[in-house]
Amino acid sequence: MSTTSLIGREVHVDAEGFLTEFDEWDEALGAELAAQIGVAMTDDHWALIRFLRADYAETGQTATTRRVATVGGVPVKQQFELFPKKPGKKMAYVAGLPKPAGCV
Amino acid sequence: MTTTEPLIVPNFGDEDETDRKLVIICSKGNLDMAYPGLVLANAALGEGIAVDLFFTFWGFDMITKNRQAHLKFSPVGNTAMHLPTGGRMPQWLSPFPGMTWVATKMMRKQIDDLGIPPVDEFLDQIVASGGRLWACRMSADMQGLTMEDLRDDVEDIITAADFMDLSEGAQTLFI
Repeated sequence: MSTTSLIGREVHVDAEGFLTEFDEWDEALGAELAAQIGVAMTDDHWALIRFLRADYAETGQTATTRRVATVGGVPVKQQFELFPKKPGKKMAYVAGLPKPAGCV
Repeated sequence: MTTTEPLIVPNFGDEDETDRKLVIICSKGNLDMAYPGLVLANAALGEGIAVDLFFTFWGFDMITKNRQAHLKFSPVGNTAMHLPTGGRMPQWLSPFPGMTWVATKMMRKQIDDLGIPPVDEFLDQIVASGGRLWACRMSADMQGLTMEDLRDDVEDIITAADFMDLSEGAQTLFI
């Protein structure tokens, strides 16, 4: 297990750079993670990230794009607009969660 | 042991210049054989890969408005069919009246339990993710179907020669 320094804090990350400790994340850190991958956070981005965090707290799994659409209420098309090209992984990264494990 | 590393940012491939492209030929109209193409198309789109789906022969049922919600799964001829109670389903049993109905109902439930959408909704999601749907000219002519009969988001009915243009430089899967 590795740690790295983000906004002056030590956080645990995996080999690809995804945070591994749910409780080390807050929105200031989320904003910094988003900046790292070139995403400028808006209210719509935050609403989605807050859903992912809450859903993970409840289920123990990172929601897939499908679940973000059906349960989180953010249509798939909008997810691609907010987190271009690879929405599933990018959302998870910004939210400080593991990559989604589900196929759909 | 914990070590402190310099900041690592995942590579989401945003700078990649390789325009990876996938073409999936969907040729089956059974419920079970509709899903491999849909799952792979959806996964590829989620990875930033351009996807075109080409529907041909029995695969037409996946995009025909009045058929796409009614695909069936039949255990006939499927020796990998197992019973919920354990053991294989005897082949003599599978053609019995009602077996297709039961097997279809069970498969739909299993799919739904996993949070995987039915075929029509799955195609909605694929199109919303940027996937494109194409229909085969020969299959349309054989079945007497026109664009009117197909989902509104089907791009066009195209010939085998058009398909060659469509699939140029793409990785192609036949299902």
